[in-house]
Amino acid sequence: MSDELLQIRGLAKSFPGVKALDGVDFTARAGEIHALMGENGAGKSTLIKVLTGVYRRDAGSMSLDGREIDPAFPREAEAAGISTVYQEVNLVGPLSVAENILLGRLPRRFGVINWRETRRRAEAALARLGLRLDVRRQLDSCSVAIQQMVAIARALDVDARVLVLDEPTSSLDEQEVAALFSVMRKLRDEGLAIVFVTHFLDQVYAVCDRITVLRNGALVGEYRSDELPRLQLIGKMLGRDPTPEAGDWRDSNASAGEILLSAEQIGRRGHMNPVTLDIRKGEVVGLAGLLGSGRTETARMLFGIDPAENGEIRIEGRPVRLTSPARAMRAGIAFCSEDRKAEGIAPNLSVRENLILAMQSGRGVLRKLPLSDQLELAERFTAALGIKTPSPETPIRNLSGGNQQKVLLARWLAVQPRLIILDEPTRGIDVGAKAEIEKLVRSLRDKGMAVLFISSELEEVVRDCDRVVVLRDRRKAGELSGAEISEHRVMQLVAQSDA
Amino acid sequence: MSRFVPNARLVPLMATTLVLIVLFGFASMQYPGFASARVVANLFRDNAFLGITAIGMTFVILSGGIDLSVGGVLAFSTILIATLVGGHGWHPLAAISVGLLCGTFFGAVMGFLIQRYELPPFLVTLGGMFFARGLAFVISPESVGISHPFYDKVMEIGIPVGPKARLTAIALLWIGVVFVAIFVAHWTAFGRNVYALGGNEQSARLMGLPVGPTRVGVYALNGFCSALAGAVATFYMGSGNPSMGVGLELDAIASVVIGGTLLTGGSGFVAGTLVGVLILGTIQTVILFDGRLNSWWMRIAIGVLLLGFILLQRLLGRLTAARR
Repeated sequence: MSDELLQIRGLAKSFPGVKALDGVDFTARAGEIHALMGENGAGKSTLIKVLTGVYRRDAGSMSLDGREIDPAFPREAEAAGISTVYQEVNLVGPLSVAENILLGRLPRRFGVINWRETRRRAEAALARLGLRLDVRRQLDSCSVAIQQMVAIARALDVDARVLVLDEPTSSLDEQEVAALFSVMRKLRDEGLAIVFVTHFLDQVYAVCDRITVLRNGALVGEYRSDELPRLQLIGKMLGRDPTPEAGDWRDSNASAGEILLSAEQIGRRGHMNPVTLDIRKGEVVGLAGLLGSGRTETARMLFGIDPAENGEIRIEGRPVRLTSPARAMRAGIAFCSEDRKAEGIAPNLSVRENLILAMQSGRGVLRKLPLSDQLELAERFTAALGIKTPSPETPIRNLSGGNQQKVLLARWLAVQPRLIILDEPTRGIDVGAKAEIEKLVRSLRDKGMAVLFISSELEEVVRDCDRVVVLRDRRKAGELSGAEISEHRVMQLVAQSDA
Repeated sequence: MSRFVPNARLVPLMATTLVLIVLFGFASMQYPGFASARVVANLFRDNAFLGITAIGMTFVILSGGIDLSVGGVLAFSTILIATLVGGHGWHPLAAISVGLLCGTFFGAVMGFLIQRYELPPFLVTLGGMFFARGLAFVISPESVGISHPFYDKVMEIGIPVGPKARLTAIALLWIGVVFVAIFVAHWTAFGRNVYALGGNEQSARLMGLPVGPTRVGVYALNGFCSALAGAVATFYMGSGNPSMGVGLELDAIASVVIGGTLLTGGSGFVAGTLVGVLILGTIQTVILFDGRLNSWWMRIAIGVLLLGFILLQRLLGRLTAARR
């Protein structure tokens, strides 16, 4: 069982100014699922990129089955038997499923592509994962979960012996994750070594046999997952004793103030069935539910991106029409989108420029914020939120996900909204940054701001919210407040059937 | 029917074909003598050089790029061939070979600049357009006639397809190029790599596909097609002319887009481009037949069709996204 297939010893890799990996050991065994854990900046992605030939190592050794390897580009790693499925599905949307599986090694006869053989091999590759579908279908028309499976099928088609899955679950719902896990277990039992990178602790314990923890480019240790309790794992990742803060603060929230925003039966055809909710000053209201339950849709109605078609929204008792984001902003609402990359940051602009975007648009085009004020703002917020950036003029794309998220938060906080909507503010960022964002949410609440908090991580919702509105199938399933809030109760509401 | 739905890619091609059929049917009812083998044969003769450049352009656009130099390269190729044959007494085949080599090399250089230095294709090929056009005028500022027995012989070749109608050598060449291009696009690794590159460059790279060589190859191929179109034009006009094909690149792009190829790359068909060119040609023939219409109506019709097709593609894109 325990034969060491992939051995990495003393791996080092530096980038200008950063030592991304410093003497890291990693071992993957055939027939095991091995989690690679660590905060952002721990060196996980660098390790994977060295392993898969995207980067060249500076020092150390890598061997597969006793043979030294040093892949110079992805194809060489593939040929050696190391295949990777990246976080963002890296396939070609307009092409067929079959082609996506075999592109680059399409079966040919005398240079002519043999389409019949292509389809046959693609079907066989998917069948190995227990999946049957028309491989001539255009990839774009498949769900993300199917695309993920196609990516895995592609990775396996090269007689992979080590399969690297880099955060494959971040855009899947629970059922799809379960399906992915059963495929992973099947492949493990076939003798593959699987390296699994994820942010979700539950998933690590659900599927992994072994855990390797990295921190700041160095190895912390390798553990069997049944011998490493969750709390200890978090401690090792953070490099400190995790202090349990959960739950106890909630009782201190006596001050649920007056109602700031009340939405009465707001809905939008094809997006969201009518839903009613109130948000008070100094209150964190959570929106919980599965993927596709209507959380984001509700937020988008409140911020006027997809305005409500019916129902009524009142702010401090006065009816308002939130038909565009500009109107919503004027009403004192701010919205941090879940899609940081596409809807949030302007990647080439500096931290300072990103930070003042919302504020500037509130002032209009003609009244430019003086540079000194901008710098002051940038400094104040980088300090207050603990944004790690070399300087306010660093392009935001150079920051880690967690720090980008904080800049986005700062952007909205700078305009001093009365209600801030946070859509998945902790997605794709590391444990430490998550904790800081959560802390920030609480401090905003304590200052009297109203917060609408959307998260697919139940424990966060339970920990951080004064009231939780549970959504199911694009309608409201129920509401919990105060001591009623528990993971169990939320799940009960989600699991209820309509009948 | 349900088996048809998954292939939304085919819808633009079918729409284009439908437009051509409706257009041709309408013209046939309106004008006596329109629905004849002769009109069709002439369509293939008169649009051969546009058709050939449009095929090269199809690959460029499929790869996610654009090439504005085709008119210039075509003019350069015509005048080079004409000068070598008329002024220096070369055999046309030798002259054409040199022209094709030059065009291919020119395209490859532009492709290299785009690939190696990550320059925007729009600007690189805009530079290429000025460069090639200028070079054409340097070779000869005026039209150079070609009279050579080889040209006469080639122009005699033709397959009779009806009364007073024959597919001439250049029409046959165009049709041949279309078949070769379809084969390259769908049955060779190069062709599929072009689609992958245009569909998602980042993915193509991570899939280990030869992104660089493919991109350089695409522009080289288009340079070849432009030069070949130039050679065809010398047969068609009986001369070479440095001011030929001004704005040809825009007609080529229009044909490709009307033919259903997505300007963002990754999706489209060579056959669609053939239909696109034929639509442009048919509109021109209609205006000719009518006699009363100003020839600028052709531009208006192309404009309307172009806008209509990009709108159609956007709607189809939304439908696919919604179905997911």
